[in-house]
Amino acid sequence: MYESMRGFPSSLFGELDRLQRELDDVFGFSGRPASIRSVPPGTYPAINIGNTPTSVEIYAFAPGIDASKVEITLDRGVLTLSGERPSDLPDSNDKVSVYSRERLGGSFRRAVNVPDDVDPEHVNATYRDGVLRISLARRESAQPKRIMVQ
Amino acid sequence: MSDVQPTHTKQDVTRNTNQDTRALLPRVDVLEDDAGITLLADLPGVPKDQLELKVEGDALLIEGVIAPFTPETLEPVYAEVRLPRYRRSFTLSRELDASRIDANLKDGVLTLRIPKQAHAQPRRISVQVG
Repeated sequence: MYESMRGFPSSLFGELDRLQRELDDVFGFSGRPASIRSVPPGTYPAINIGNTPTSVEIYAFAPGIDASKVEITLDRGVLTLSGERPSDLPDSNDKVSVYSRERLGGSFRRAVNVPDDVDPEHVNATYRDGVLRISLARRESAQPKRIMVQ
Repeated sequence: MSDVQPTHTKQDVTRNTNQDTRALLPRVDVLEDDAGITLLADLPGVPKDQLELKVEGDALLIEGVIAPFTPETLEPVYAEVRLPRYRRSFTLSRELDASRIDANLKDGVLTLRIPKQAHAQPRRISVQVG
């Protein structure tokens, strides 16, 4: 279900990804298949996904956004997050020099396919400390049930 | 508004053992104007009480631990953020006043304002022609 959502096997450092790519070129592709909606490493926001018996939890690491302006849609099993992160950098002028400019901004969009058993009527999203948590409840019929032996 | 006070420790204090654990490198923007330096760091998932700012001599250390995900029964199935902490350090230069750093953490973005020493602020130096 959750293949890598990055273009090639993920690692934390771009240099390692580059090395991985070169090794793949030389020795043949070794990684797992990538999702058709994979994105390059380091794309904003980063996403973690977890399951519980009653829900699917998606965490999007999206610092510095106005959570009320994020658009979350669930359409035919694909959950899409989109929005815009305003830049904190001032307009360039000769009074301010910018040394490091690593933080990502601008508009973003990410898509995740979710299991068929989630109930589109029971999705809720909260934003805290820069992490957007989307909780998708599973349908009751799909939740684990204890079966009594007669 | 959540203000965070950086702790100031002497240089001879033994380094934190956390130094050895692997951590993510937070993305930062660094800007300078006449009065000081502004550092913006993305630390999504770090609550205020898990953020540690330290100045040791001229080294500034930023370290934050990502709050564990709730609920407890969570079984991870996919992760792009694979380590639970961020760490990054910077060397400050002498004209910066590390005792007056102002820090603010909001929505996962840390804003540090490091003022310059009063005497280090620019003066216009006029060139004598003669």
